[in-house]
Amino acid sequence: MKQIPAPFWTLVLGIAVTLISLWVGQNHNLLPVQASEQAPLVDDLFNVMVTIGTALFIVVQGAIIYSMVRFRQPKGDETDGLPIKGNLPLEVFWTAIPSVIVVGLGLYSVVVFQEMGGFSPGGHHNHGTMVAMAPQQTVIDVAPLLAQVPEDDVFSRAQVYGFGAGTQSLGNAPDLTVNVTGMQYAWIFTYPDTNIIDGELHVPVGQDVQLIIEAKDVIHSFWVPQFRLKQDALPGESAELRFVATREGTYPVVCAELCGAYHGGMRTQVIVHSTEDYADWMASRVAEAGSTTAVAQSRSDATDGEYLAAIAPNLAKSPVQIAQMAPVTP
Amino acid sequence: MAQADISVKPTEAQGGHGHPDKWKWYDYFTFNVDHKVIGIQYLVTSFLFYLVGGFMAVLMRTELATPESDFLTPELYNAFLTNHGTIMIFLWIVPAAIGGFGNYLIPLMIGARDMAFPKLNALAFWLNPPAGALLAASFFVGGGAQSGWTSYPPLSEITANLPQSLWCISLIMVGTSSILGSVNFLITIWKMRIPSMAWDQMPLFCWAMVATALLALFATPVLAAAMVLLLFDINFGTSFFKPDAGGNVVVYQHLFWFYSHPAVYLMILPIFGIMSEVIPVHARKPIFGYKAIAYSSMTICLVGLFVWVHHMFTSGTAPWMRIFFTISTLIVAVPTGVKIFSWVATLWGGKIRYTTAMLFAVGLLSMFVFGGLSGVTLGAAPFDIHVHDTYYVVGHFHYVLYGGSVFGIYSGIYHWFPKMTGRMLNEPLGKVHFVLTFIGTILTFTPMHSLGMQGMPRRVAMYDPQFTSLNQLVTVGAYILAVSVIPFYLNVIWSWRAGKEAGPNPWNALTMEWTTTSPPIIENWEVLPVLTHGPYDYGAERADEVGPAGEAVVPTQR
Repeated sequence: MKQIPAPFWTLVLGIAVTLISLWVGQNHNLLPVQASEQAPLVDDLFNVMVTIGTALFIVVQGAIIYSMVRFRQPKGDETDGLPIKGNLPLEVFWTAIPSVIVVGLGLYSVVVFQEMGGFSPGGHHNHGTMVAMAPQQTVIDVAPLLAQVPEDDVFSRAQVYGFGAGTQSLGNAPDLTVNVTGMQYAWIFTYPDTNIIDGELHVPVGQDVQLIIEAKDVIHSFWVPQFRLKQDALPGESAELRFVATREGTYPVVCAELCGAYHGGMRTQVIVHSTEDYADWMASRVAEAGSTTAVAQSRSDATDGEYLAAIAPNLAKSPVQIAQMAPVTP
Repeated sequence: MAQADISVKPTEAQGGHGHPDKWKWYDYFTFNVDHKVIGIQYLVTSFLFYLVGGFMAVLMRTELATPESDFLTPELYNAFLTNHGTIMIFLWIVPAAIGGFGNYLIPLMIGARDMAFPKLNALAFWLNPPAGALLAASFFVGGGAQSGWTSYPPLSEITANLPQSLWCISLIMVGTSSILGSVNFLITIWKMRIPSMAWDQMPLFCWAMVATALLALFATPVLAAAMVLLLFDINFGTSFFKPDAGGNVVVYQHLFWFYSHPAVYLMILPIFGIMSEVIPVHARKPIFGYKAIAYSSMTICLVGLFVWVHHMFTSGTAPWMRIFFTISTLIVAVPTGVKIFSWVATLWGGKIRYTTAMLFAVGLLSMFVFGGLSGVTLGAAPFDIHVHDTYYVVGHFHYVLYGGSVFGIYSGIYHWFPKMTGRMLNEPLGKVHFVLTFIGTILTFTPMHSLGMQGMPRRVAMYDPQFTSLNQLVTVGAYILAVSVIPFYLNVIWSWRAGKEAGPNPWNALTMEWTTTSPPIIENWEVLPVLTHGPYDYGAERADEVGPAGEAVVPTQR
């Protein structure tokens, strides 16, 4: 050991820590599949943070464990340790390095945030949005919240929050707009172009989808983990989520903000169709036109039956919801 | 206090009060103005509420052992999650860390006979039991508040109105207590240090308490205001937070988090202070980087006031806010890192005693590294948007509040129990306690991160069955944590009555509280001590030391 100089071992350890951290950063498998254009952006940011975090974790925990073993009290030794009170260069070093790291992460976050469309919510006032509300007022009664507001004035009334067009589609109108309303304890998706109302969100893959999110009663939060996107649905405020789904499949839609006793049951799903399947779905739904069914019908397996049965007593206090629940066809 | 027939020792005339030689047990149940009595009142009360809050957690974890809602009613589950959070924050960590250790230790550490405003101090404590009683009562008049410890309107305004109102009043009371206590800490530290103690000779716990008190003074009034507005909305027909009547729900969130993010630092800064006291004593080494630790507390205090919107990244938050608060949040990692590195460097080259106090302190260090790193990931808005309001957040804040604050409180108890009671805690039992707590913490709070990233939101009584196995692991961890408190409470009760006599300074520590008897006499010292060395002058000849204790003249009576 004596022959090999300490810097050599430091170098070897440094390389080992770097390699382990890089590996962990790419192979942690902690995140679900990526199904939107934003998802890889978020995951790359997370992976970078995991890489840096792993390195810091190993170094600091290593130093703690090493100290606890190497510097434990020798048996019977009641004397004190070394009277070291500080070391300015070392302290400057461990202030400067984290500063550089967090500033770097901050700038990287801004870049990711911009690519995700974080700077442009409310960018498109022209399309759909509230226009569709008028015919459905009897079914989805968001009208009271907007009663005194001219319909075309929704966006100028208040700031719109959330995510707008990403850098890819900045300046373009979305391909599809869906109005999303959260209420205790269901999501309602309204397609203003076709007047389809559904308890599940159907979107075509690869197209630029704009959700206009509001809440009817209390705050909810629209979350699709596979999209890495979340936006609170706020009573009295509009929010936007714009995304391009990149992977066909069925993903959960989860309410992430405590909204009452059955908050945990407020789950439904988003189905990302191929373009053809989406057209078929759209056609079949338009054919059923008039029967605005399926509101608040979240999923078809057994636990949902239990869920609906469980919330039925609770609905008694909300006549609007009863009205919406009534036409549900299993 | 009653003083008529009690003999008063001549030296006590200095303090200006007459009082008995020694407090009787029943004095601890009265409006007593002695800072040590108040400190113990805070600690005992908070340790009782810890059991109540923990009991709620165990019931919640039992519910979550299965995906269906089958053990508690969903309403009761929400009442437990609301009150678990409220109790653990406002009636356990805050009163234990700030009220308990702060009141007990500050006068002893700076050479004062009591706090600056003893009656105010007693008043501040006595606001806590009724606040707790109100929360307990809320369960019997409508099933408890059910809208989370954050109590966002409109949910909080339409759910369980009477219990929610009691909850608001309870928070206003503990908030008032916190404000009164903070004024007291600041004035005491500012004005009542023995003349020979300069600012940079104060123990770091006192620095931490200065930062804590400043933060509480700036932030708590805003919480009180939010609670009053919410109370009025619920009961008196106002519409501050009612969107259909012109109110705004997001304003409440700003008011709430303007306090409640700093509240996180209220819960950890005193703990950082405890760390800076415990580690040098048991590592037998001077604290590494005294000034860096002291100033980093003040930096956290300042920056901590400007990060609150990171709790609202998915709410009604404008793009510029998301960016501004991402950057400010990430910056907090720097002063926190300085502390962590300084403590590790304090261990380096020491002669570390494996006492239970030290094990909890080092355990905290280890936990906080992980909790701090996951905190940085949450600070970055793009990632936070994915994991906000999920179990990832629950895992993170339990890592820093349980692995951090609770470990720190335990460490402080093992360290100062001999001073407070005159008796040692049982060390083997303490080590059993540590091992159970350490394993339980990792097992409970680590899988939560994974659950959150995979898609499990927080505050749910029912969840997607794909998450069952990890949840059961968490539940097992929670049961281990529940069991872990048993050796601790037994240890405290038994040792308080029959533990080994401690003597004035069982750890050979250098801060001033160890220069008096254990437990200290009523006005702390017969004759006030003189500062002869700095608080952390371990190793070498103290009189020759340069540094904070440069003016040391008399060898210490170690």
